[in-house]
Amino acid sequence: MSELTLTVMRLGFLAVLWLFVIVAVQVIRSDLFGTRVTQRAGRRAETAARPPQQRQQAAAQDRRAQQPAQNSRQRRGAPTKLVVSEGSLAGTTVALQGQTITLGRAHDSTIVLDDDYASSRHARIYPDRDGQWIVEDLGSTNGTYLDRNRLTTPTPVPLGAPIRIGKTVIELRK
Amino acid sequence: MSASNTTTITSIGAPNRRNTELALLVFAVAIPVFAYANVGLAKNDSVPAGLLGYGVGLGLLAAVAHLLVRKFAPYADPLMLPIATLLNGLGLVLIWRLDQEPSLGTAMAPKQLMWSTVGVALFIVVMVFLKDHRILQRYTYISMVVALALLIAPVFFPAVYGARIWITLPGIGSLQPGEFAKIIIAVFFAGYLMVKRDALALASRRVMGLYLPRGRDLGPILVIWALSLMILVFETDLGTSLLFFGLFVIMLYVATERTSWIVFGLLLSAAGAVAVASTEPHVKVRVTNWLHPLALEHGAVTETAQSRYAFGSGGLFGSGLGEGYSRLIGGIGSKSDYILATVGEELGLAGLMAVLLLYGLLIERGMRTALAARDPFGKLLAVGLSGGLALQVFVVAGGVTGLIPLTGMTMPFLAQGGSSVIANWALVAILLRISDTARRPAPSPAPSPDAEATQVVRNQ
Repeated sequence: MSELTLTVMRLGFLAVLWLFVIVAVQVIRSDLFGTRVTQRAGRRAETAARPPQQRQQAAAQDRRAQQPAQNSRQRRGAPTKLVVSEGSLAGTTVALQGQTITLGRAHDSTIVLDDDYASSRHARIYPDRDGQWIVEDLGSTNGTYLDRNRLTTPTPVPLGAPIRIGKTVIELRK
Repeated sequence: MSASNTTTITSIGAPNRRNTELALLVFAVAIPVFAYANVGLAKNDSVPAGLLGYGVGLGLLAAVAHLLVRKFAPYADPLMLPIATLLNGLGLVLIWRLDQEPSLGTAMAPKQLMWSTVGVALFIVVMVFLKDHRILQRYTYISMVVALALLIAPVFFPAVYGARIWITLPGIGSLQPGEFAKIIIAVFFAGYLMVKRDALALASRRVMGLYLPRGRDLGPILVIWALSLMILVFETDLGTSLLFFGLFVIMLYVATERTSWIVFGLLLSAAGAVAVASTEPHVKVRVTNWLHPLALEHGAVTETAQSRYAFGSGGLFGSGLGEGYSRLIGGIGSKSDYILATVGEELGLAGLMAVLLLYGLLIERGMRTALAARDPFGKLLAVGLSGGLALQVFVVAGGVTGLIPLTGMTMPFLAQGGSSVIANWALVAILLRISDTARRPAPSPAPSPDAEATQVVRNQ
């Protein structure tokens, strides 16, 4: 074998070996995963595309869901806090101290809802004279739901009953 | 708070990368085949006759492993299998190349190909039967007993080349239980530290910027230290001892985030190594060779110096495959312990660095798996396994290049040795299993049944 061929093979082999290393590093580069931070505008386009799917899935589960909804019987004892149990604000709690709580996208609301389906002044929750907490829809576009019923008049809120506004679910708890 | 700068954090799942893996695997099989042809052309002026058989053999192993990963671990890391295949293939070529030197004894390459097949078979067994790595957590203390038994067993067998790290089974041959103990001990450490790490991390006093653990929490590290010293004394093997203790210190550090453990570990291992090196004759010889490589020994310089001559004669780009003189390295280890010297001579600094980078990438993928894993046991196990691999590469490469005293360990996948290649394939399989679990997209939350009514956008 001529000296030249062997030299070419020697350098060629090194080149191929390094090419593998470089390709491997490129694979690592394209393999990054983790979390992505998006601006709110970007997220809106994304969520707008989602509802049809969710609607289908929700429709399929509609009948089964009827039973658990009846569990929310009214119990003794006054609620002490309001808890956001679902939606982008999930986990938020507000102590109930006899004040009126306003819900909506408006910035001066007690709970500012970052929810595409909420109106700016969506609903309010306030205690009546007996200390019973009342939820009232403030003429919102998509409505406020207590359990599965759309509110038309101010309605007393039982302990633990879900109040739904868009994707947000709020409950009163002890 | 203005609405315009509200941000949302969504998670991006790792994509399924099986096709990338396939492409890289084809590459990883082609490189050793090229090397094989290169050796044949350089040594015998002809393409070796076994080229087709060898290429098909390696390709089949890779294909079977890939198909099983596709089936059983579809989200696993795309790089580990190709890198392991490439290193194993390069190792086979280098062993075959050294077989061409009559002075180095019987041919080892067919045997190594057989062991590689067994290794891939074990890889497949682990892939198929280990559905979830957390099952291993149940065997925390059993694996401690098994690992100790494996580490202690070689004491009862005769020393081979001065070190008692072999078990000889009549009819089957000899195997190095330390290679398997490496995996099993990582399982034990992961299970143990997951439970105890709070006690080890939180109960401490701060002295001079270091968190000093309480005296009673020092118990485990002292026990492991004593055990690794006993390995050093009774098996006279620096490598196993260093691997065993180093693995514990790495995992302890990762579990507790306390730098003080590293400081303690380094102090303890330095003290132990110095004490044993000044008393134990076999270890003493190794240290003397390391400090004075050019001293004459049986009328020639030491093996340490000979391996450095090999690196020197290789230079930057190497002499070319099949054109080196690594047969001149005396002693017995030119196909196993000193295989890196052949790499350094025939592929030069450029090739050696590429090979070391391949190990680095494999270890990096292991650490990345640990970062991505969702359960603490999987995290610690992935760190332990890749840390063990890293320590082994360091001990061997450091020994051959003269950074630390030489010890009888094998370069994972590259060096000749059945136990090593089998155990490392199993190790890669466990890492792939953890990475499959870690990268599998999280199941999407079930849609709320009452969501429909409130989420209708009405046209006004």
